[in-house]
Amino acid sequence: MTESVVQQPVTRTGAPGRRRRGTFRDSKGWLFVGPFLAVFAVTFLAPIGYAIYLSLYRDQAFFGGSVFVGLDNYTETLQDPKFWEAFGRVGVFLVVQVPVMLALALLAALAIDSARLHAAGFFRIVIFLPYAVPGVVAVLMWGYIYGDNFGLAANLNDLLGTTAIQPLSSTWMLPSIANIVTWEFVGYNMLIFYSALRTVPGELYEAAAIDGAGTWRTIRAVKLPALRGAIVIATIFSIIGSFQLFNEPNILRTLAPNVITTYYTPNMYAYNLSFAGQQFNYSATVAIVMGFITAIIAYVVQLRGSREAL
Amino acid sequence: MSTTIRTPRVASTTLGAEKTRTSPLRPKRSPLLTGVMVLYLIYTLVPLVWLLLSATKTQDDLLSTPGLWFGKSFAFFTNIKDTLTYNDGIFLRWLGNTVLYVVVGAGGATLLATAAGYGLAKYKFAGRRAVFAILLGAVAVPGTALAVPTFLMFSNLGLTNTVWAIIIPSLVSPFGLYLMWVYATDAVPVELLEAARIDGAGEIRTFFTVALRLLAPGIVTTLLFAVVSTWNNYFLPLIMLSKPNLYPLTVGLTQWSNQATGVGARPIYNLVITGSLLTIVPLVIAFLLLQRFWQSGLSAGSVK
Repeated sequence: MTESVVQQPVTRTGAPGRRRRGTFRDSKGWLFVGPFLAVFAVTFLAPIGYAIYLSLYRDQAFFGGSVFVGLDNYTETLQDPKFWEAFGRVGVFLVVQVPVMLALALLAALAIDSARLHAAGFFRIVIFLPYAVPGVVAVLMWGYIYGDNFGLAANLNDLLGTTAIQPLSSTWMLPSIANIVTWEFVGYNMLIFYSALRTVPGELYEAAAIDGAGTWRTIRAVKLPALRGAIVIATIFSIIGSFQLFNEPNILRTLAPNVITTYYTPNMYAYNLSFAGQQFNYSATVAIVMGFITAIIAYVVQLRGSREAL
Repeated sequence: MSTTIRTPRVASTTLGAEKTRTSPLRPKRSPLLTGVMVLYLIYTLVPLVWLLLSATKTQDDLLSTPGLWFGKSFAFFTNIKDTLTYNDGIFLRWLGNTVLYVVVGAGGATLLATAAGYGLAKYKFAGRRAVFAILLGAVAVPGTALAVPTFLMFSNLGLTNTVWAIIIPSLVSPFGLYLMWVYATDAVPVELLEAARIDGAGEIRTFFTVALRLLAPGIVTTLLFAVVSTWNNYFLPLIMLSKPNLYPLTVGLTQWSNQATGVGARPIYNLVITGSLLTIVPLVIAFLLLQRFWQSGLSAGSVK
């Protein structure tokens, strides 16, 4: 065994299949990738294809079967004020919530990595903890906390002798949702950043120290560049997450049915079109349009992120 | 062995004055920074503390006593008993369903992602680039955009309202594949695989006897994240299932919560709260116990 380990590199070094840390040029790879791809085809590719197919048809009234309508559903979606209202809402959410959440995560990661913190390991695990809380439970919990039935919002109002704190009112609903999402995902993003920081070789810090760089200088010159890839990935995931916003508003809807409409977010719109309105073709179109916009934005972020230094 | 340990130590002491070395690299602990972080810690913990305290209250106490302190009576164990027995013990049924979906779904997803990540990292087969392109494109498509078409497709196949409607979509984890691919690239030396080949082991056997062990930390990470996403799955079961006895915990709990509103409202806040607590506990324990594994696995994944 040991002998062959030693010998092998010699005989295979020049082999055409070697690349990076070593790969085999071999169709046997399909053996391993095949099963994944088969399930992937069923659960990802087939639904996408089916959705595109659906989006090109329209049910005729009174169950007259469906007819091919070309791009009519798309034109309708793009002129649908409900769709744009929902889109605008998640757009605002994206522009405000994502930077706040990522900035908090970044600061937490830098603080934990800085070695200036007491009990850093404790902070790391506790801040990450909300990620292990199911989104549904998080929303139920915060929903009760927000409520004026029992919960902390009511307690605070009693304490201050006002009724000013109304997290579930139409003015505050979006920030309230943003708070839940932030609470859930700061820890997760913090961990992604923290993991990236751990991969910075110690020599870089030593070199920076020799050059007389202080804390802020080290963060700017060493840590932030090392975090670039992680920040791009976290941003893309957060964008996708914002555009998919569903669980939070859909569960809070029972608590504030008059504030959260059936088309509060594009995803809720698609869901309600299907399951309350039986408009499957139009629902599929809304889903595709949203997926397309998300993919484009994620792609642009990726391009910019890999080109620009932070 | 002793030389490899000693060399870095020598190198670091030659770095110059002890003072410049220690101040930026081993800085003093800062009470100010710790204080700021404690504020954030409180924000993180308040809802969880609230949940824990609320789980000890009767429904009356929930409505009449302050949220961040105990109520008049201590009903924690009664609440747990009531949660587990309400409606002929449907909660236990939901728990069982969740465990089934997690074991088969997340377990299968991890197995598929591990094999595929290993295959992509260690074999350069025709069509490999196409696989990457398709995966990258698919990851950008929002998962929920697929939900409605998947529902319609499964509905045509007669799969809705069966456990397969939840398990099959859970089997694919593009994030897990990405993680395993990155991990396998570095963790499995090709020389070892070549050695196994020379010894006459087939590809599958090599994977199970040689590669799997080296991939273990990555596998634990992938498994843990697959478990979380399956355990937390809400949207998919919400649309796929209409029979309450197939529900996972997440959908069941929201159904209980919805009882509080509408016609014939029958609020069971205390059960929703205690049920929520019971839903969180297993995952929190898993994360705490497996900390060492998933944190090292994540570090490897973020190298890219």
